[in-house]
Amino acid sequence: MNPHGKTENALPEVLTGNSEAEFITSIIAPYRDMPGALIPLLQAVQQKFGYLSDNALRSVSDGLGLPLAKVFGVVTFYSFFSRVPRGKFLIRVCLGTACYVLGAADVLDCLQKELEIGVGQTTSDGIFTLDVGRCFGACGLAPVIMINDTVHQQVRPSQVPKILAGYRKSLLSALENGQ
Amino acid sequence: MILTINGITVEAQTGQTILQAARTHGIFIPTLCYHSQTGPTGKCRMCLVEVVGMRGLQTSCTIEVAEGMVVTTESEALTAARRLVVDLLLASGKHDCLSCEKSGACELQDAAYRLGIERPSFPVEEVEPTDESSEFVYFERQKCIKCGRCIAGCNAVVVNEVLDFAHRGAETKVVCDNDVPMAESTCVQCGQCVQLCPTGALIDKKARGKGRVWELDKVNTTCPYCGVGCQMTLLVDRGRNRIARVTARQVAPNRGTLCVKGRYAYEFPSSPNRLTHPQVRKNGRLENVSWDEALDYTADRIKTIVQRDGPDVFSAFGSGRITNENNYAIQKFTRAVIGTNNVDHCART
Amino acid sequence: MKNSVPKIATRADLDRVRDAARSAPDKDVREKILVCTGGGCMAAGAKAIKTALTGELKKQGLEKEVALVETGCLGPCVVGPVLVMSKERVFYQGVAPADAAEIVQEHIVKGRIIERLAWKEGPHKTPLPLQAEIPFFKRQTKIVLRNCGVIDPNSIDDYIGHDGYQAVAQALFSMTPETVIEEMKKSGLRGRGGAGFPTHLKWAMARKSPGEVKYILCNADEGDPGAFMDRSVLEGDPHAVIEGMLIGGYAIGAHQGYVYVRAEYPLAVERLQRAIEAASERGLLGENILGSGFNFALEIRKGSGAFVCGEETALMASIEGNRGEPRPRPPYPALKGLWRRPTVLNNVETFANVPFIIARGGAAYSALGTERSKGSKVFALAGAITISGLVEVPVGTPLEDLIYEIGGGIKGGRNFKAAQIGGPSGGCIPREHIAVPLDYESLNALGAIMGSGGLVVMDESACMVDVARFFMEFVQEESCGKCVPCREGTKRMLDILNKICAGDGCPEDLALLQELGGQIKAASLCGLGQTAPNPVLSTMRHFRDEYEAHIVHKRCPAGVCAALLVYSITDACTGCGACKRACPSAAIAGSAKVKHIIDPALCIRCGACFKACKFGAVLKA
Repeated sequence: MNPHGKTENALPEVLTGNSEAEFITSIIAPYRDMPGALIPLLQAVQQKFGYLSDNALRSVSDGLGLPLAKVFGVVTFYSFFSRVPRGKFLIRVCLGTACYVLGAADVLDCLQKELEIGVGQTTSDGIFTLDVGRCFGACGLAPVIMINDTVHQQVRPSQVPKILAGYRKSLLSALENGQ
Repeated sequence: MILTINGITVEAQTGQTILQAARTHGIFIPTLCYHSQTGPTGKCRMCLVEVVGMRGLQTSCTIEVAEGMVVTTESEALTAARRLVVDLLLASGKHDCLSCEKSGACELQDAAYRLGIERPSFPVEEVEPTDESSEFVYFERQKCIKCGRCIAGCNAVVVNEVLDFAHRGAETKVVCDNDVPMAESTCVQCGQCVQLCPTGALIDKKARGKGRVWELDKVNTTCPYCGVGCQMTLLVDRGRNRIARVTARQVAPNRGTLCVKGRYAYEFPSSPNRLTHPQVRKNGRLENVSWDEALDYTADRIKTIVQRDGPDVFSAFGSGRITNENNYAIQKFTRAVIGTNNVDHCART
Repeated sequence: MKNSVPKIATRADLDRVRDAARSAPDKDVREKILVCTGGGCMAAGAKAIKTALTGELKKQGLEKEVALVETGCLGPCVVGPVLVMSKERVFYQGVAPADAAEIVQEHIVKGRIIERLAWKEGPHKTPLPLQAEIPFFKRQTKIVLRNCGVIDPNSIDDYIGHDGYQAVAQALFSMTPETVIEEMKKSGLRGRGGAGFPTHLKWAMARKSPGEVKYILCNADEGDPGAFMDRSVLEGDPHAVIEGMLIGGYAIGAHQGYVYVRAEYPLAVERLQRAIEAASERGLLGENILGSGFNFALEIRKGSGAFVCGEETALMASIEGNRGEPRPRPPYPALKGLWRRPTVLNNVETFANVPFIIARGGAAYSALGTERSKGSKVFALAGAITISGLVEVPVGTPLEDLIYEIGGGIKGGRNFKAAQIGGPSGGCIPREHIAVPLDYESLNALGAIMGSGGLVVMDESACMVDVARFFMEFVQEESCGKCVPCREGTKRMLDILNKICAGDGCPEDLALLQELGGQIKAASLCGLGQTAPNPVLSTMRHFRDEYEAHIVHKRCPAGVCAALLVYSITDACTGCGACKRACPSAAIAGSAKVKHIIDPALCIRCGACFKACKFGAVLKA
């Protein structure tokens, strides 16, 4: 396991409880020798499970010999760490300057209406989580939204239903293929 | 080395901060987050000073002195910055001194007093509820100014590693473990956080309503519980003849720390179950007697038994709760008067 | 199984690889198609175009004669996906997979330029097929972006073929660390992350700091909204950053480097990771580089979504595994930085300049720019500008030239109102200062900063109070919370701005904002807090009348602040009833086919009627 974890567009597996402790035990060795290992380890655990449960925090705290409060403090400081399970697809609406000026708020409104959830929430079917982001560096194509690692550019509210449908379809076909 | 603070030439040691050097020479610089036990963090911005040759305002708690340094601790700009800090903090929670336990010993109140701020210029925030869960520590979050002293004390002084900051920005708060109520956390209730808190956010729960600092007498004493000899101050309510609370003194050997027993198990001096007279059992019942009678009775019994069965039936136990001199006398008496080496002490094992 | 590639163990090896890489494509390949795979073109479907072209070339049996290369950002993101035919550098824009056949048939087989896909310039939309003729490119001077759109960022050989790693070889074998720093001094390069601190001074301080262990860090936590040059450099020319860090490491005596990349840039992380692996595999990172005896290792650390980590001491705290809270300076990182060791931190763009400066000499770099601001600077053009994208110009180029001559002016022929430069730490440049030269000093004088170079252009439809409110909300949410003025003060400023935008402002608010802003700047711990009030202060300075309109007249001149708008229906109304149905507060009355009326007492100013009307009959003012 490479501690720096290359980014993958893979869907997070849904696993909980003991499997977190097992996973952390199985990958902990290189992190123990790594200076400043806490954040890379948390990133690896979140990459695997999609979020950081209390069990995961406890295992990370035990594994690195760090106080639980410190682990908790770091996790809650950074907005990319989530302590609640998230949907298969994390939708982030860029609210950077260029996107804001070109109508990102309307896109966000539309997503909230379409998905019937607020910012930071997950749809009841567990497919989408809606969040906002700080500039994805695609300002030339504003407004943009990012779904997992894919950037959608010059999004207009009218395109939102189609984009969402595309992801729902890809999930269905993935399920049909037994993944 | 020599530096100038407010036009006064002062001598300081290498490695000292401007704040330390100023305080050594009786020059007052206000602070909120700095504490000698937890060190500098540069958070509160109260100790800002101006240093010739350095751009902007500098925190005196973090800057080390240098030869020939020229420092100003009072100016219009500095007062404005300090006023901003106190004003913002007063509005950040419910700092209502009228009914606050800490009134009179609160560092935020002192700062407001010195700057002449009566009430904040901004509407007061609503903040998180109080954590009343724990036995001895009352955590009123709405009075927390996020100075971090409790956290530094918990992690670096007593190394219990229970407290830390969580979340960020205006949402920042002090949490126990993974944000559980203090009673459910790994906290051992040593009260170090209370000792260090500059405001009324962390309060000794048992002391609530038992009088504020000016109503209580301060009595310096040694903790009676074990052999370490921790130095502490009892805050005593003379009228009711009771201890209202206990704080640690910043001297050796404990340097501002106490354990849960020393800090919180202080009711025994005024316990109704406490023995206040010598007693001798007569006809199967304990009866109050005079000291002379009690001592004569004890001496007679020891003499009789030792004469009958020999000195080795005698054994003496010293105690951590008495002085070294007392303990010395016990062993001397046992060896020289009784003639046995059966001497032991509660702190030996 | 991967073939093991020969190590580049000496300077002679490096030259051999360079020569081989230079001649290789020309032998069999008669044309290279450079497909832009910068973030923008990727989002627009560059991968699909490459697949279509691959298929088409195979179909025509041309796959040996024509090479398809993925390259870095070419700049004009808005017309993407774009590609360049390398021989004559013919530029095609807005390419779709369906165009693949025509490109191969017409351009490659028949040698005819496809005008339909060419750049269109001016009011008559004159096609300009050659990159060299296009004003957008012509006015630029590319140093940082020299390889973006030219080489394949995933190929170390391509980089070496374009004189890559020659500068580090020169530094290791022909220069001492001191002469490297001296060359940096000659170049006049100043940190491109925002503050503009002279790079050579930072390096010299760290060089002189006592200690065996030192670190060199690259700040790729490009958080300023509106800035994306670092992302593009990492995606388009990652080896240039590695080489810059190697040279910096040699200069200060560091053997370990870290690149701190934001989590929002997965593609940049991927390409940089691949570049580091390739450089390590070839021996250009690791022990005894090129046989010089110099060791240097490089690691990526990913951010986790905290803007404040772009501040150097917060970034170090984050690498150390802590909450990203800044530390007071002094001690400066050059003395006590990462893990309390001497540390130099520069940003991506700064490092990307270094190989050029060492290879071509500091004087070549300082020939560009102004008296006190040397070299070139990359700007990210976004917002209400015709050609949004990435451009590089000599420092000191007037803002006007950037917007009108390179960026093609304001979108839709509207009027320029302001340019926001420097992100949440910067300010707004109003129309009367549009001729300002883009250099550190001139921008500071106007209450803005160069910052990282994000330039968001705004037309009359932008409300400057709302823009100030937007930035204040941003910094308030991104404040780490460590020091009181930033944690509590930015919240108070935001409260006041929210109040003004809601129509509840009072005249005293302006003085309070001014005072709070000044105090927060003076008393905050780090650069974030010390600059957080800038967007507010700068808009108050240049657009005071707009604030007054909100406060005194309860009016938003740009028609942005919802609470201050008044909706009415004009005679264009056909009585279709769409607005009436859309209105959530039953504020619209009217029978079918008769002009409808809005009751202002019931109207909640949500704008639903405005959006619902197909006849433009709903007015907002």
